[in-house]
Amino acid sequence: MIEGIELQHILIVTTLMFFIGVYGFLVRRNLITILMASELILNSVSINFVVFNKYLYPDALQGYMFAIFVIAIAAAEAAVAIAIIINVYRRFKSVNVENVHEMKY
Amino acid sequence: MDILSLFVVVPILTMVGILFTKGLKGTRTVAAVGMGVQLVMAFNLLYQYFAERAKDTVSEMLFRVDYLWFESFNIHYSVGVDGIAVAMILLTSIVVFAGIFSSWKTEDLPREFFIALLLLASGVFGFFISIDLFTMFLFYELAVIPMYLLIGLWGSGNKEYSAMKLTLMLMGGSALLILGLLGLYFNSAPDGGALTFNILEIAKVSIPHDVQMFFFPFLFVGFGVLGALFPFHTWSPDGHASAPTAVSMLHAGVLMKLGGYGCFRVAMYLLPDAAQEMGWLFLILTTVSIVYGAFGAIAQKDLKYINAYSSVSHCGMVIFALLMMNKTAMDGAILQMISHGLMTALFFALIGMIYGRTHTRNIYEMGGLMRIMPFISVAYVIAGLASLGLPGLSGFVAEMTIFVGSFQHQDVFHRVCTILACSAIVVTAVYILRVVGILLFGPVRNKEFETLPDAKWYEKVSMVTLIIAIVAIGVAPLWLSDMIRESLTPIVDKLTAAAIN
Amino acid sequence: MDFTYTLAIILLPLVTFLTIGLLDKSMPNKLAGVLGTASIGTSFLLACYTAYQYFFVYGMVDGVYQKIIAYHITWLKFTDTLHIDLGVILDPISVMMLLVVTTVSLMVHIYSNGYMHGERGFNKFFSFLSLFSFSMLGLVVATNLFQMYIFWELVGVSSFLLIGYYYEKPSAVAASKKAFITTRFADLGFLIGILLLSWYTGTFDFVQLTQTSAIGTLESPAIATMGGISFMGLSVISWALILIFMGGAGKSAMFPLHIWLPDAMEGPTPVSALIHAATMVVAGVFLVARLFPIYAIAAPDALTVVMWVGAFSSLFAAIIACTQYDIKRVLAFSTMSQIGYMMLALGVSKYGGENGLGFTASMFHLTTHAMFKALLFLGAGSIIHAVHSNSMLDMGGLRKYMPITFITFGIAWLAICGFPGLSGFFSKDEILVAAMQNNTPVFIIAVVVAGLTAFYMSRLFFSVFFGKETKYHHTPHESPKTMTIPLMVLAFFAIFAGYIPFSKFVTSDGAAFATHFHWNVAIPVTLIAFIGMGIAYVLYFKESTIPTKVTKALKGVYTTIYNKFYIDEIYLFVTKKILFNIVARSIAWFDRHVIDATMNGFATVTNYVSNSIKGLQSGQVQKYGLVFLMGALTFALIFIYLVTK
Repeated sequence: MIEGIELQHILIVTTLMFFIGVYGFLVRRNLITILMASELILNSVSINFVVFNKYLYPDALQGYMFAIFVIAIAAAEAAVAIAIIINVYRRFKSVNVENVHEMKY
Repeated sequence: MDILSLFVVVPILTMVGILFTKGLKGTRTVAAVGMGVQLVMAFNLLYQYFAERAKDTVSEMLFRVDYLWFESFNIHYSVGVDGIAVAMILLTSIVVFAGIFSSWKTEDLPREFFIALLLLASGVFGFFISIDLFTMFLFYELAVIPMYLLIGLWGSGNKEYSAMKLTLMLMGGSALLILGLLGLYFNSAPDGGALTFNILEIAKVSIPHDVQMFFFPFLFVGFGVLGALFPFHTWSPDGHASAPTAVSMLHAGVLMKLGGYGCFRVAMYLLPDAAQEMGWLFLILTTVSIVYGAFGAIAQKDLKYINAYSSVSHCGMVIFALLMMNKTAMDGAILQMISHGLMTALFFALIGMIYGRTHTRNIYEMGGLMRIMPFISVAYVIAGLASLGLPGLSGFVAEMTIFVGSFQHQDVFHRVCTILACSAIVVTAVYILRVVGILLFGPVRNKEFETLPDAKWYEKVSMVTLIIAIVAIGVAPLWLSDMIRESLTPIVDKLTAAAIN
Repeated sequence: MDFTYTLAIILLPLVTFLTIGLLDKSMPNKLAGVLGTASIGTSFLLACYTAYQYFFVYGMVDGVYQKIIAYHITWLKFTDTLHIDLGVILDPISVMMLLVVTTVSLMVHIYSNGYMHGERGFNKFFSFLSLFSFSMLGLVVATNLFQMYIFWELVGVSSFLLIGYYYEKPSAVAASKKAFITTRFADLGFLIGILLLSWYTGTFDFVQLTQTSAIGTLESPAIATMGGISFMGLSVISWALILIFMGGAGKSAMFPLHIWLPDAMEGPTPVSALIHAATMVVAGVFLVARLFPIYAIAAPDALTVVMWVGAFSSLFAAIIACTQYDIKRVLAFSTMSQIGYMMLALGVSKYGGENGLGFTASMFHLTTHAMFKALLFLGAGSIIHAVHSNSMLDMGGLRKYMPITFITFGIAWLAICGFPGLSGFFSKDEILVAAMQNNTPVFIIAVVVAGLTAFYMSRLFFSVFFGKETKYHHTPHESPKTMTIPLMVLAFFAIFAGYIPFSKFVTSDGAAFATHFHWNVAIPVTLIAFIGMGIAYVLYFKESTIPTKVTKALKGVYTTIYNKFYIDEIYLFVTKKILFNIVARSIAWFDRHVIDATMNGFATVTNYVSNSIKGLQSGQVQKYGLVFLMGALTFALIFIYLVTK
C-alpha cells in the first residue's frame, strides 16, 4: 500500500501513458520517436502489473516478475530496433517511416 | 524394397546421384542410366505381372504393400498395381527414357533441369502405383509443380505467361480435386467405422446417391482439367508451345494421362451412380472436344500448336470412351492413352529436333525437309500415320476399340455421339497430311536449311524407342488389350450395377 | 486339304518391304529390284498353285465351291463375339483376285526395273511396291470385314506414298493428299457401315454374314431384324450396306468420290498401272462382291444404289475421257468408266444360279480389265519414257519408233473397245446381257458407254501412234527389254483371258452354270463400237481440222466437260472455303478469343481485384496499428454494449 495514493490515480496515469504511447506510435513518423512511444506503452503496462500485484495480491510475486520480463525484453527489443534504425538511416539517410517503403507489397 | 516403391525410389536416387555430378555430360549420363534402369524395371514388372496372373492370382491389385503413414487421418502409403497401372508405368518409363535422350543438349543449368524432370517422373510413377487417395493426390501434385519451373526456366517464347497459366489452371483442377477427395474420405464409412482413403475399401461401400451426385463433378472436372477436357483445355496449346522438348513429351505423353486415369480410377469407380447419371453431360463435352480439337488443329501454323490441338482431340477421345462405360470402350480408352502418349511424345521430340535446327516452328517457313533430314522426316510421317490411325501402328488399335466399343452402347444418343466422333478420323487425316505436305514434302523453301544435319545418335535413340513401342502395340495388340480388359472387370461391374439401379 | 502355305503369298511381300525399307540406302539398287521382283514372282507362282489346287484338286463339294479358311488368328478382341481375326479365306473370288493381283504386280515389278532405272528413290519405290502388294493381297484374302478395313487403309496409305513418290513436286504432294483424304472420307462411311452391321449381327466374319441356306435366304437372323427396322425410308441393313458401299465407291473412284483418281496420275506410271488401274481401284467392286449375298438378298435397295452409281459413273467418266489430252488422264477416266461397268453389272445381278450372271460378268470384266488396262498404262509409260511428256499433243506417229509398244498397245486398245475375239469383248458382252435381262435404262447407258469407250480409246490410239508427224527433240526409241517383256505377257493375257469359262468358276453362289453367247446383244454393240472407232478414225487418224471445229461449235459444253463438270471446283469450294476458312478458322478464333479469353478473364479479374485492394496493405505499421486499434475498440464497445444490455 503506497501511502496516500489510490489505485485509481495510478491507473489513470498509466492509461494516459498508454494512450500517449499509442498516439505517438500512430502519428509520429520518426522511427526513434515510434520506438520511444512503444517503450511508453510497454512501461505503462509494466506499471500496471506492479500496481495490481501490490494492491490486489500483496503476497504474490508474478506481477513483479512480469514487469522484469517486460523490461528485459524491451531492452533487447530496443537494441535490435535501434540497430535496424541505424541501418535504415545508413541506407536511406533518413529515419522517417514514409521514406522507407521498399518492401511494400 | 518392394518392386513398386522402387519406381519412386529410383528416380529419387538418380536425382541424388545428379547432385554429385558436374556439367552436362555427367548429369545426362546419370539420368540416362537411371531411367534405363527404370525401363528395365518396367519390363520386369510386366513380366512379373504376367507370371503372377498365370498363377491365377485373382486379387484386383497385385504386389500390394501397405504402411501406415499418418495415423489420425488413417492415411496409408499403400501401393499396388493392376494391368492398367502396369501398362501406364510401361508407357511412362518409355516416354521418360526417350525424353532424357531428347534433352541431351540442355546447355543451361543441366543439373537443375534433369532434377526437375526426374521429380516430375517420380511423381507420375507414384501416382500410378498409389492405392491410397491421399498419397495419390500427393504424387499428383509432385508431378504438376515441377512443370512450372521446367516451363518457366527452360521454356521458349512467352514462357512465363504459359507456365503461370498452366500451373494455375492445373492448380484450379487440384482445388476441385482435393474437395472431391475429402468428400470421398468423409463418406467412406457411412455405417460408422474408420474413415479411409483407400480406393479398394471405398469401392466396397456404397456411398449415398446425393453425396455421389455432389462430389462427382468435383472429381471428374478436377481430373478432366489435366485430361484437357473441353472447355478447360486452353492451358494445353500455350503450355506445350512454350515447354522445352522433353517437358512437352512428358506432359502430353504422360501427365495428361493422369487426368484420364484419375477419371475412371477415382471418379467413375468410386462414384458409379453419379457417373451413370451425369455421364451424358460430359459425353457432350468430349464429343465437342474431339471434333473441335481436330478442326482447331487444321487452322494452326505453329507445329506445337497443331499438336496441342490434336492432343485435345485425342485426349477427348479417351474421356469420351471412358464415359461409354462398357468394357470394350474403356479398354479402348486406355489403349488410346498409351497410344497417344507414345505418338505425341514422338511428335514433340521431332518438333524439338526440327526447331533446334531451323529455329522456327512456323510450317510455312519450312518445306522439303524430307530431302534434308530424311531420318527425322520419316519418323514424323510414321508419327503422323499413327496419329491418323493407320493399321499396324498403335493409333488404329486404340481408335477402333473405342469406336466398336462405343457403338455397342444400347442407347441411341451414345451411338450418335460415336458417329460424330468417328468423323474426327477424316479431320485428323486432313491436318496431319497438311503438315506433312507443307513441312516435309515439296521443294525446299528456305535455302539456308539445305545444309542442316540429320538426326544424331541420341536423337535416334529417342525416336527409335518410341517408334518400336508404337509399332509393337500396333502389330500385336492382343496381350495389352487382354491385360487391360481383365483389370477393368471390377470397374465395369460396378458401373453396370449402377446402371441397373 | 491344307492351304496354310497361302500365307506365304501374303507375307513374302511384307518381308521384302521390311528388308528393302530398313536397309534402304545400304542396299544396291539392282539387288533391291531383283529381290522385290523375285518375292512377288514367288507369290505369283504360289498363287497359281493355289488356284490349281483350289479349283481342280479340291474342287466343288455338293456342286458348290467352298469357302475355306486356310489360316486365321485372333488379332484383337473387342467383345466375346466381335474380334478382329487375321486370316486367309479361299473362295472363288479371292483366289481369282490373288491371281490377278500377283500377275499384274509381277509385271509391274519387272517393268519398274527398267522404268525406274537410275531414279534416286529406286529402293524406296520397290519397298513401297512390296508394301502395296502385301496390303492388296491381305485385302483380297480377308476373312472378315475388319481385316478388310485394315488392309483397306493400308492400300490407301501405300497409294498415298506412291502417288507422292516425287515428293518435291507440289502437284504430286497435292494429289497424294487429295487421294488419301477423299478415300479416307469414304472410309468413314465404310467404318460406320461396319459398326452398324456388326452391332446388329454381332460378327464381322464374312462366312457367317454371307451364309445362305438352301432356299437362297440368309441364315443370319440378325440381318432379317435389321431389314425390319427402317430409318428415313430405308431399312437399317440397306443403310449399313450403302455406307459400306460408300467406302467402296471412294476406293473405286465412283461418282461423286472420283475426284482423286485423275490427279493420282501424278505418281510414276507403273504405280498407275498397278494401283490405279488394275488392283486397288477394283477393291470397291471386290467389296460389294464379297458381301454380295447380303446385298442381293437382304438389301436390294442398296444394290440399286450400287447399280445407278456405277452406271452414272461409267457414263460420266466416258464423256470426260473424250476431251482430255493428258494420256494418263484419259486412261484414268477410262478406268473409272470401266469400274462403273463392273459396279453396274453387280447392281443388275441377282443371287444364285444363272440369275447371278451379272456377278460373274463383273468379276470376269474385273480380270480382263486388269490385264488390258495394266497393259495400256504400261504402254503409256513406255511412250512417256520415250517422249518425256504426258500430253497427247506432243505425240504422233510413234508407230515407227516403238514397234513393240505399238503392237501391244494396239492389242489392249482393241480389247478395251470390245473387238470380237479379244478378252474385253467377252466380258463386256456378259455385262450387257446381264443388264439387258434386268434393267433396260441401265442397258442403254451401258451401250452408249461402249460406243464412247471405243471412240475415246481410238482417239487416244490414233493420235499417239498415227496422226500428225511430230518433231521430237530426241528421236523416241523403243524401251528396254525389262519394259517390253511385261507388255508382251500382258498382251497375251489381254487376248486370251476372254476364253476362260468364268461362269464355271466364279459365280454368286459358288455353283457353276453355263453361259450362252447372245448374238442379239453382241452384234449391235460391236457395231456401235465400230462406229465409235470409225468416228475417231475420221477425226484423228490423219491430221485434220474437224476436231477443232467441233470443239469451237460446242464451246460451252466442251469447256464444262474438259473441266470435268467443275466437280473439283465444287469440292475445293466446300473444303477450302467452307471447312477450312470458315469452320476451322472460326474454331481456332473461338478457342483463342472466347474460351481462352474466359480463362484469361478469370486471371484478369483476380488481378484487378487484388490491385484495387492492395492499397490497404500500405506497409505502414502505423496504419495497421490504427486499424487494429479501431477494430479492438469497436469490438470492445460492441462487447460492452452486449454485456450491459
